[in-house]
Amino acid sequence: MKITINGKDTLIGENPERTIGSLLEELEVPQRLYVTVEQNGDILDRAAYETAPVNEGDVIEFLYFMGGGR
Amino acid sequence: MLTETQIERYSRHIMLKEVGGKGQQKLFDGRVLIIGAGGLGSPIALYLAAAGIGTIGIADADDVDLSNLQRQVIHRTCDIGRPKVESAREKMEAINPELKVITYQEWISAANINRVIAGYDFVIDGTDNFAAKFLINDACVLAGKPYSHGGILQFDGQTITIMPKESACYRCIFPEPPPKDAIPTCSQAGVIGVLPGVIGTIQATEALKFLLGKGHLLTDRLLTYNALRMKFREVPLKRKQTCPVCGDHPTIIEVHDELDAMTVCDLKRS
Ligand SMILES: [Zn+2]
Repeated sequence: MKITINGKDTLIGENPERTIGSLLEELEVPQRLYVTVEQNGDILDRAAYETAPVNEGDVIEFLYFMGGGR
Repeated sequence: MLTETQIERYSRHIMLKEVGGKGQQKLFDGRVLIIGAGGLGSPIALYLAAAGIGTIGIADADDVDLSNLQRQVIHRTCDIGRPKVESAREKMEAINPELKVITYQEWISAANINRVIAGYDFVIDGTDNFAAKFLINDACVLAGKPYSHGGILQFDGQTITIMPKESACYRCIFPEPPPKDAIPTCSQAGVIGVLPGVIGTIQATEALKFLLGKGHLLTDRLLTYNALRMKFREVPLKRKQTCPVCGDHPTIIEVHDELDAMTVCDLKRS
C-alpha cells in the first residue's frame, strides 16, 4: 500500500497488524526512541505509537530533534 | 523621526511599501533578544544590527574559540579568548553605531531567564542544547513572548516561530527533551559552516516581520532544510491540546531547568 512519509510516496507491504511503532522498526527510522510522529496532521502521543494503525494513504511526518545552534 | 542620515542608511528599506519610514521607525523602536552568540546568533546579530533594530540583547557566557570561526561569522581570529558577547557587540556597533546593544555574559537558566527576556518584543533561540531550547520555549510561552526556534545539525536545520497560546510551540512537537547524549550535538557530529547562515537569516527575517507586522510568520509549520539535497520542506502543525506548557491543562506552570537534558559541559558551565 501507498503512504506518504516526509513528503515522499512510499510503498509498503500489506500488513493489517502494522502500527506506527512497528513502522518505525520496519523502516529503521533513525532516533526512533525520540522521533515525533505526525499522522494526517495530528501529532501522536508517544504512548499511542504501539496501537495507532497505519492506513492506506496516510500522510506521516517523522520530526527529529535538532539541538545544535552554536 | 528619522534623521537625514538614517533615511540614507535605510533607504533600501524605506522604499519597500511594507516598510517605509513608519516601518523603519518600528524597527528602531523594536527590542529583540538573541540567546546564543554562536552559529545562529552570528548572522542574526549582524543582520538585525544592519536592519536598524534599535535595541538588541545578546546572551552567551562563552569565549570565542578557534573551532568557532568556521561558522560563527561575527567573530574574528583576533577575538579568540574574548567573551562572545563583547566580540558580537563590537561588530554590531561597528555596523550601526545608533543601536543600543545589551550584553548578558551568562548562561541562561531557570534562575535568570524571566529577568533576561522581560522587556523584549521578540526572542530568538540560537542555543546549542536541549536544556536551553526547552527552557526558552517554556519561558516565552509562559510570558506570552513571541519567539523563533532554530536548530541545526550536520547538513540539516529546522526553524519555527511561536506565538504563545496561538500557534504550536516546541513542546507541542517534542513534549520533553531527549535524555542527555541521546542526540548528537554539533561539537560531536559536526555542522557545515554555511548552515547556521541559512537558518539564522530566516530567524532574523521573522523578527523583522514581527516588528513590522507584515507578511505571514512561520507559525504552525516547521520549516526543515537539508543542504545536501538542497531542499526546504514545510510540515504543517497545530497547537496540541495536551501540550504540557501551552495545552488546555498545562503541567508546566513555571520555568525549570531540564537537568536530565544537560550535558556534562552544561553542568560544568553552571
Ligand atoms: Zn505547546
